[in-house]
Amino acid sequence: MSLISQLPVLPVLLPLVSAPLCVLLPKGRMPWVFATAISWLTAISAVALLFHVAEVGSVTYNMGGWAGPLGIVYRIDIVGAIVMALVALMAAAVFPYAKESVAFEVGTEQSPAFYSLFLVCFAGLIGVVATGDAFNVFVFLEISSLSTYALVALGAKQDRRALTAAFTYLVLGTIGATFFVIGLGLLYQATGTLNMTDLHERLTGQDNRVVRAGFAFIVTGLGLKLAMFPLHKWLPDAYTFAPSAVTAFLAATATKVAVYAMLRFLFTVFGFTFAFMDVALTLFILLGLTGMFAASLIAVFRDDVKQMLAFSSVAQVGYMLLGISFGTPEGVAAAVMHVFNHALMKAALFMAVGAVFYVTLSHHLSAYKGLGKRMPFTAACFIIAGLSLIGVPFTAGFISKYLLIQAAFEATLPVSSLFIVMLIVASSLLAVAYIGRVAYEMFLSDPPEGVNQVEMPWTMMVPMGVMTAANIYFGMDAETLTSLARQGADLLSMGGAK
Amino acid sequence: MIPSLPINPADAMLIALFIPILGMFGLMIADRQPNVREGVTLTFAVITFLLCLTVLNDVAAGGRPTLTLFEVLPGLSITLKAEPLGAMFAVIASGLFIVNSLYSIGYMRGNEEKHQTRFYMCFAVAISAAVGIAFAGNLLTFFTFYEILTLSTFPLVTHKRDEKARAGGRIYLGILIGTSIGLLLPAIIWTYVMTGTTDFVLGGIMRTAADMYGAVPVILLGLYLWGIGKAALMPIHPWLPNAMVAPTPVSAFLHAVAVVKAGVFGVLKISTYTFGIDYLSSSGATDLFLWIAGASILIASAIAMTQDNLKARLAYSTVSQLSYVTLGAMLATKMGVMGGATQIAAHALGKMTLFMCAGAIYTAAHKSLISEMRGTGRTMPYTWIAYIIGACSIIGLPPMAGSWPKFYLMLGAVDRGTLFLLLVLVISSLMNIVYLLAPAVRAFMDPVPGQGEALKGPVAIQEAPLFCLVPAWFTAIGTIVLFFYMEPVVAFLNPILGAGS
Repeated sequence: MSLISQLPVLPVLLPLVSAPLCVLLPKGRMPWVFATAISWLTAISAVALLFHVAEVGSVTYNMGGWAGPLGIVYRIDIVGAIVMALVALMAAAVFPYAKESVAFEVGTEQSPAFYSLFLVCFAGLIGVVATGDAFNVFVFLEISSLSTYALVALGAKQDRRALTAAFTYLVLGTIGATFFVIGLGLLYQATGTLNMTDLHERLTGQDNRVVRAGFAFIVTGLGLKLAMFPLHKWLPDAYTFAPSAVTAFLAATATKVAVYAMLRFLFTVFGFTFAFMDVALTLFILLGLTGMFAASLIAVFRDDVKQMLAFSSVAQVGYMLLGISFGTPEGVAAAVMHVFNHALMKAALFMAVGAVFYVTLSHHLSAYKGLGKRMPFTAACFIIAGLSLIGVPFTAGFISKYLLIQAAFEATLPVSSLFIVMLIVASSLLAVAYIGRVAYEMFLSDPPEGVNQVEMPWTMMVPMGVMTAANIYFGMDAETLTSLARQGADLLSMGGAK
Repeated sequence: MIPSLPINPADAMLIALFIPILGMFGLMIADRQPNVREGVTLTFAVITFLLCLTVLNDVAAGGRPTLTLFEVLPGLSITLKAEPLGAMFAVIASGLFIVNSLYSIGYMRGNEEKHQTRFYMCFAVAISAAVGIAFAGNLLTFFTFYEILTLSTFPLVTHKRDEKARAGGRIYLGILIGTSIGLLLPAIIWTYVMTGTTDFVLGGIMRTAADMYGAVPVILLGLYLWGIGKAALMPIHPWLPNAMVAPTPVSAFLHAVAVVKAGVFGVLKISTYTFGIDYLSSSGATDLFLWIAGASILIASAIAMTQDNLKARLAYSTVSQLSYVTLGAMLATKMGVMGGATQIAAHALGKMTLFMCAGAIYTAAHKSLISEMRGTGRTMPYTWIAYIIGACSIIGLPPMAGSWPKFYLMLGAVDRGTLFLLLVLVISSLMNIVYLLAPAVRAFMDPVPGQGEALKGPVAIQEAPLFCLVPAWFTAIGTIVLFFYMEPVVAFLNPILGAGS
């Protein structure tokens, strides 16, 4: 057995197996070194997998040699490979960043537990993407969610409200998971299989109440996990009070993976031929647009920068839903691109927020006064990532906005395309307002008396710088990624035709 | 006749784009030595100008140098392509940038402004963006550099960092980013979806566009005209008066060198190279915008008359003058477009002179209200004479360059058969006389307030520093020179009108 043939399973196994080992390590730096090394190995194998899939097309892997539908089958197509590489690369960037940030915010006492939870969460997210078994999606989703609840709660050392945030997240997350698993149960009852490919084959042409109910439960459950408006209640608090490194990682990956799971279920399991699809897609347009506006508007009026960015995340999920709702390969490709690009910008932004907290002990807007002078590097990263969020050319955000608008013009929609486009750009202008507020404080206010330029640990600066640079790089050279996303979208939406 | 560097013109475009950026790093290094720093600014300004001239020469000889930098998405690239209109804009912008830099030195030192290094660094990025706009080979490239220009001039507008500057900057950024992302970007993507390209092609790309029926051409044209907020077509003009909080060299840069010129250049370029003159005149989409441009000219002039702050008055005058270019483009006749194109050059020189004079008066006497300027003509005669020359050019009196665009626009209006526009142009000229020349008359004829009968007897001359005065005179003489040399400019621009029809 060559390593290539094991490639689909490596990114899942590496963090999953090493997580328990991590607990056994002594307190202090060791767990961090170990976890970082694992995250890099995982990233290397995930990227290798992406290249492999780009070359030969979708790969399948039978867990333990048991073929489907009895055994668990891992199936990685091009979109899955992109999302998996994204998650792994984000982890590889966030883990080094975590060193100082976590030591400062959580303390070194709990470091073995923290890093093993972090690895579990990471493994769960990769697993959701890799698996081709519907029930296995649920298992991995819960693995990542349960560890996330604990990770969020670890923010309690800085702010006790992290506990209530984690509890709310726990309750709502569990409700979402329950909905999801009920939906799976209904589908199993209707088809007698849990393998996604088989599910699709047996669901084609079926349209009865059981299937419809299953569909509704699954969409709602996943909607909760990906913070679809108005099921987003848990997200702002969880992101605000979690340790900075956790927020950076979650914002870049967790909702993205849930969006991917949604794509998988909508298009590969149910497929376009499913009669109920139109209802869901129309609903997505409405919810996506409402979310974009409502959450952005709330973000404009937040004085806590971390909370502001958390609401912005809810709004950005709206863009992805909108892309999905067009129900065209172009729309799905735009959504996938936004998944990727939004991960880049939010990771950089939350890292910057964490860096500011490291120095000023505050997330409040007033802590950003004169930051352009005090922490020029962090301020520059924040601005560039913020411009990417707004969608200025030469940044990654521009590409996804461009593709989304193009998809909107090309799609046949219930209302005029121009109207939808105008709503998209109008809501992205709200991003100008909230990023602009921070920029004003950073560059047009003077720093408080007696504060000088501050040095930051390089372990925080380098990942932040890399993320910011990635925002620019993928804004200039989006060709490869876009064509991959497009291929993947074609593949996903072909699900019905096969 | 025109100096030219021995470089391949396509490379010259690229180097012209990057020299200011290199210069910016030079400025960063020379932070603590003002003389070296200003030397760096002038050096890259001159090199950029020479490079733009090189491109201009090649374009005059019929060349259309093209250079694709990189492809962002399949079919969408950042491409530079020079053509007459763009080459002219590049030369105007980079040439006046030298004058503007000289003037900045005098003004910034004379007023002891802070953060001068940051100031010059932003200028460097802005001029690079202006060159990028001038040589943009497609709509995407245009949009990209347009946004960079907005963002790089924002720190210039808010340079004073006080409450007024913050408020002005908010409106500046809000309107320019808002219109560009909110209207221009959808228009560009819509164009791409309908035609499959965003390239600038002589004669336009809309003839083959799918779905161009009904109200679509009018909506699309509206998205472009208002989306290019820098062209300040009413009601997208308030950013311009609000940007007056900036130091005067910035105002000169905004009004004459790059920003508003980039806007009207975009309007002309999109009218000729995206829609095409023939398409515009046959589709009938322009009627509505002719009225709006005409109204914009008159209303802005009327507001200008009510302003007591000289810079605010000049700002509204700019709003009015910019609509001349939009009007020329919307006339969609050869003479109209020629009028718009020559107006870019003529207004640049004239308005530059006026702003530099306003800044000189502020530097020497610290006066910004017209009512306070009474009698200053006797202490600052050289400044005020330059002002009068610039004002006459804006009004459109021969032998100043500003008379040609009006002439062409009137011909264009007659060609199109819209005679009411003649009336608009005539009334506007009369209004210009009132609001531009009245301050000069008061400066020379009125006594200094509080000094009673001070009109008699000699007065000591208290002029602004030479760095402020010489650039103003330079552009003032430029308006006269351009009057006599308009013919080669028109011959140079002629290819944009299209070979046929």
